[in-house]
Amino acid sequence: MATASKSAKRRYEIVENKGNSEDVDDIIEAQVSDNADDSTDEESSEYSGLEDDEEDDSGDEEDESAWEEASDEDEEDDDEEQDMSTNEDSEDDSEDKVAPTAVPIEQVESSTTAEEPAKPVEDEYAYDSSDEEDLRNTVGNIPMNWYDEYPHIGYDLEGKPILKPKRGDEIDNFLRKMENPESWRTVYDPQTGQDVVLSNEDVELIKNVMGSRIPDGSYNPYEPWVDWFTNEVMETPVTGRPEHKRSFIPSRIEAMKVGRMVHAIKMGWMKPRVPKDTSVERHKYYLMWNADDKSEDVRRIENPIPAPKPRLPGHAESYNPPPEYAFSDREIAQWNRLADTPYQRKFPFVPKRFSSLRAVPAYDRFARERFVRCLDLYLCPRAKKMRLTIQPEDLVPQLPKPRDLQPFPTVCSMIFKGHKGLVRTISHDPSGQFLISGSDDQTLKVWEVATGRCFKTFEVKGTVRCVSWCPNSAIALVAAAVDNNVYLINPGVGDRLVQAKTDEILKEMPAQTDYLIPQRVRAVLTWNEPDKEQWASGFRVILTHFKAVKHVAWHSKGDYFSSVMPEGDNRSVLIHQLSRRRSQLPFSKSKGLVQCTLFHPLRPYLFVATQRHVRVYNLLKQELTKKLITGAKWISSLAVHPGGDNVLVGTHDRRLCWFDLDLSTKPYQALRHHGQGIRAVAFHKRYPLFASGSDDCSAIVSHGMVYNDLLKNPTIVPLKKLRGHDKFDDFGVFDVLFHPTQPWLFTSGADGTIRLYT
Amino acid sequence: MGPMKKKYEAGEATKYITRAQALKKLQLNLKDFRRLCILKGVYPREPNNRKKAQKGKLDKKTLYYVKDIRFLSHEPLIWKFRDFKVFMRKMKTAMEKGDKETVARLKENKPSMKLDHLVKERYPTFMDALNDLDDCLTLCFFYSTLPRDTKVPANLISLCRRLTVEFLHYVIAAKALRKVFISVKGIYYQVEIKGQPVTMLINHQRGFKPTSASDVDYRIMTNFVDFYTSMLGFINFRLYHSINLQYPPKLPGITVKEDATDEDAVEEYNELVAALNSSLVTNVPQAEEEIQIDEFPSAEGAEKLEEAKREAEAIERLKSLFKGLKFFISREVPRESVVFVIRSCDGEVSWDPSIFAGATYDETDESITHQIVDRPSVDKQYLSRYYIQPQWLFDCINFRRLLPVEDYFIGANLPPHISPFVTERLGDYIPPERQMLLALQRGETLPAEQEEEEEEEEDESEDDSSDEEEEEGKIEKKEPTKSQVVKEKKGMKVMRGRVEMPDVKGMEEEDKEHYKFRELMIRNKDKRLYRSMMKNRRNREREAKRLENKRKQHEKEEKSLKKSTSSGKALTAKWSIQPLSATSDTQTKKMKMM
Repeated sequence: MATASKSAKRRYEIVENKGNSEDVDDIIEAQVSDNADDSTDEESSEYSGLEDDEEDDSGDEEDESAWEEASDEDEEDDDEEQDMSTNEDSEDDSEDKVAPTAVPIEQVESSTTAEEPAKPVEDEYAYDSSDEEDLRNTVGNIPMNWYDEYPHIGYDLEGKPILKPKRGDEIDNFLRKMENPESWRTVYDPQTGQDVVLSNEDVELIKNVMGSRIPDGSYNPYEPWVDWFTNEVMETPVTGRPEHKRSFIPSRIEAMKVGRMVHAIKMGWMKPRVPKDTSVERHKYYLMWNADDKSEDVRRIENPIPAPKPRLPGHAESYNPPPEYAFSDREIAQWNRLADTPYQRKFPFVPKRFSSLRAVPAYDRFARERFVRCLDLYLCPRAKKMRLTIQPEDLVPQLPKPRDLQPFPTVCSMIFKGHKGLVRTISHDPSGQFLISGSDDQTLKVWEVATGRCFKTFEVKGTVRCVSWCPNSAIALVAAAVDNNVYLINPGVGDRLVQAKTDEILKEMPAQTDYLIPQRVRAVLTWNEPDKEQWASGFRVILTHFKAVKHVAWHSKGDYFSSVMPEGDNRSVLIHQLSRRRSQLPFSKSKGLVQCTLFHPLRPYLFVATQRHVRVYNLLKQELTKKLITGAKWISSLAVHPGGDNVLVGTHDRRLCWFDLDLSTKPYQALRHHGQGIRAVAFHKRYPLFASGSDDCSAIVSHGMVYNDLLKNPTIVPLKKLRGHDKFDDFGVFDVLFHPTQPWLFTSGADGTIRLYT
Repeated sequence: MGPMKKKYEAGEATKYITRAQALKKLQLNLKDFRRLCILKGVYPREPNNRKKAQKGKLDKKTLYYVKDIRFLSHEPLIWKFRDFKVFMRKMKTAMEKGDKETVARLKENKPSMKLDHLVKERYPTFMDALNDLDDCLTLCFFYSTLPRDTKVPANLISLCRRLTVEFLHYVIAAKALRKVFISVKGIYYQVEIKGQPVTMLINHQRGFKPTSASDVDYRIMTNFVDFYTSMLGFINFRLYHSINLQYPPKLPGITVKEDATDEDAVEEYNELVAALNSSLVTNVPQAEEEIQIDEFPSAEGAEKLEEAKREAEAIERLKSLFKGLKFFISREVPRESVVFVIRSCDGEVSWDPSIFAGATYDETDESITHQIVDRPSVDKQYLSRYYIQPQWLFDCINFRRLLPVEDYFIGANLPPHISPFVTERLGDYIPPERQMLLALQRGETLPAEQEEEEEEEEDESEDDSSDEEEEEGKIEKKEPTKSQVVKEKKGMKVMRGRVEMPDVKGMEEEDKEHYKFRELMIRNKDKRLYRSMMKNRRNREREAKRLENKRKQHEKEEKSLKKSTSSGKALTAKWSIQPLSATSDTQTKKMKMM
């Protein structure tokens, strides 16, 4: 059947080509023969097998040849041509016919197959093919390299070796190859040692395998489909059963449903589906807010916090930034170094200058930055934060100008030189005319303030820890703490009458008739009279203690004075009465290392400074009234305001604490002016001034006004830093002292000088 | 005494809820919760005391207000989410069964969300909405430039495009553009709407670079854009309404039916709208009003009033900055941004019709005054127009006046482009270009121009200048002699009292010491704050100094470079542009007058 259709096609083509062809008769002949072939084909194909197919092919050949002769002249090897065409698809055939110019090319190919022997299919038993195989390969399927060294391969029936054909040398081979047109399809067979020329089928097979097609060229994958199970109604059905009745009767339930629907449609309940209006999409917006600012009542989230606006760009982000913003090589290197920690970079991009707008590339982090912003918007916790709009200057308290708070000492106007060691302590006489100083060079020197002259020098045996001039102007007396002793010295300066009177008072010990020195006091201290030599040099009374005395302080009346022995435990503080030459130990328990003591200027109170605290004792009631907590580690010095309600405490840890006794037991103000520990503090008797001296070689004068009004807190203004002393052995200023009447400050230093600032 | 109070049952602890608890309470999964939070604008809160708010737990948790979560639970959108979940389930079953009819029916009835009520709820007043417009615009502009093949739905992209174009049309019509800035990230535009500054960033249109999923999650951003599109739509409607424009925008003279089936026509029409080159149809013919600032006599506010007046004048000037100028855009220039900038300052503009629809005149038009070019050279130049680089437009808008075109000619080395958004604090570094701008704002004349003129004069006649200098020197010499004469005449008997100069140095030192003492007197609780503030200030000062030095160094290098290259070159360069400026000398003069 297939061939029939093929032939029909051909016929059509031939008819088309009529105009070209000259021998019309020939064509007609061919047609006739073709037709005859067809008829036989139709009959035979149904019953015959392969052989008929071959016949059919041969018929085809004839047909082809006829046409070939008609259309193209000079065709010689018709048979070969037909061989090829049989192997090819019918489509190829038709192509050939439509474009006869393609034929010569094919011809070349076909000519190559000319020498090929006829197909073995033609006559299977013409010769014994199996024998032939054996003849060639007598050794079987063995590795052929076993015969590499021999001139033969295997043996024939007679036992004679079958010689390998001569291979010749390379040049011969090459020449043979050049001469032989079949060389491209000649293959060496190692099994027999022969050269084998591949047949056309073999080549086709190889081509098919390489093109991953079905190897068998004759197999047609697109054969017409034979419809075995047709959908056409057969004339005689498989079953003769008549249809059931219910297939003819309409469903009652469906009828009811339809009835209901019809009713619904009639009543207008059911409407056809309206197709969706797409234009709504474009007009879905309307006027949502009628006014700009007025809001209608809508529920909102609690206490909404608007998101902060994105940061606006700076100059560096410009595509053409000012040259100072573009990164230098160093900055680029730094930028690259932070690749692992990109958040530390100053910018997420490298500021760079582009010569023109078109040169600017896309910003590759754009999407990422938008995404991060979105994350921030919905994921970042929000809180309202107060933003400071103040300048740092606003935090600095406004203080009155020092110029408005004059007078206060500003310039160093006098230097008292003479001591050879550290000047640990200084004191002035009640009038302020004289000054006494005690030094490590084991001397006490009396100076006149106005001239700066040293009036007198007292030699003592030991370092002078503390000197204190008796505040009573009726007597001229200085208490000096030297090692274990406290000397009461008549300095021998000032009013002669007063000097004489003092000597007179101290000449004789008052009678101790009904007084028995308590055992406790006797163990600690003895009142000694100086010998004649000492009397002549000015010593009037000597109090010998059992430990080194560090501090001496007079009561404002000038009769009582206290001495402090830090190592004396519970017996470290002693209060002496000069007029009766009696002493007492006020404390029975030790509260720590006592640093210094002071008398309240007006009331019978005693301030005792231990390392950490200052305790205020009422001497009359004999009880503790207050304990001032400084918060410092080591108190060095103490001063009481002449009013008596304010106390200044200097500490070795650089703090200067101002206590207001009426206010609290904690410092009213703590100042840290000094770079190093404070050694001494002092109040001025008349002016609202106080001073502190420190190891950093400076003294600071401050304004400290105390008001009578209880509601008004004292004002404290640091005024001036006074420098001048030199550093010696890590010590700077040892003592500070105000002149009793003038706004002058004396400082004594480790460099052996005393300075007067006015 | 009542029953003992338990810890964390009152106060701060009851105000907050963790995210896991919130999920449980709302019965949503994390994805839906996230979406809901994004749409409703609910965000975590930072508690005053985290330990109390977390009921004593120390690890950091995301905390929400309990009231916010309760508010979320009443949201009808949650039901929409559930509907959608059901819909997806049904779809899946139908798809797997291959039930095409059901799939089609389901698709027809796909549940959709309306977010109108959310817009109203989040922004009860229009001003609130404007206040939050920055992010909305930037993201919508970004989405409008995305390619269709990203994971973002295509109709969302086209919606974004439409809405952003509408917004740009509003800005053009209202002349609301105030500041522009070309940065490496994109172009910033600041627009003033109802007195509120709105800043948007539009990325450079350079093609889309795909990002990895770990970098950018487009699903989250799409949730935002869903909300932003409806918000921007309503804002656009309101804005168009406020200046009597028809919404959706209509071009005059062209009528296209909205529901027309011809998609090509609609597309073409949309492109014409997107060209931004023609004004839109108004509802009512507009009557322009001149707003006069009423003068209220106030003693201390006089200066402020003056400043406000100057500002208003400058803005008026900015609104019609390019009036009467005719621009033509070359094809390599970013069309949309340039057209937007020109049109919002009242200029006329056109381009090569092959780039985009909507061109109004040709390159050959003789009345074109400026051609915007961004290439090193142009083959055929017209004498009647300036060929300038696009930065000129942007700088003009920031300076609020027409700048001299000479610096911006083709191939010229452009002057730096500085940010108009910077507000300097005390001690910050201000680049010289910015200083010039600030001086202009204060109402001073252009110092650069004067300098240039001076330089020119110097160049022209070096000999003259030396003469002048000599003359100046003479005058200076003369002055003291005059005063001497006067002294001699008067100082016969009574010597004039000498003014004792105060010891300035000493005073300064004193003040310094005083300030140091004052610093010491800072209260303890302020001390740390003061120190950190001073540290910041010092850092800023250091940075400013660094930049200043860098600039100086740069200028020095420039100078040495200039010296090394012969001065003849500079002259020839000037000559090359001479013909252009010569033809339009009068124009430049006019501009200077303006």
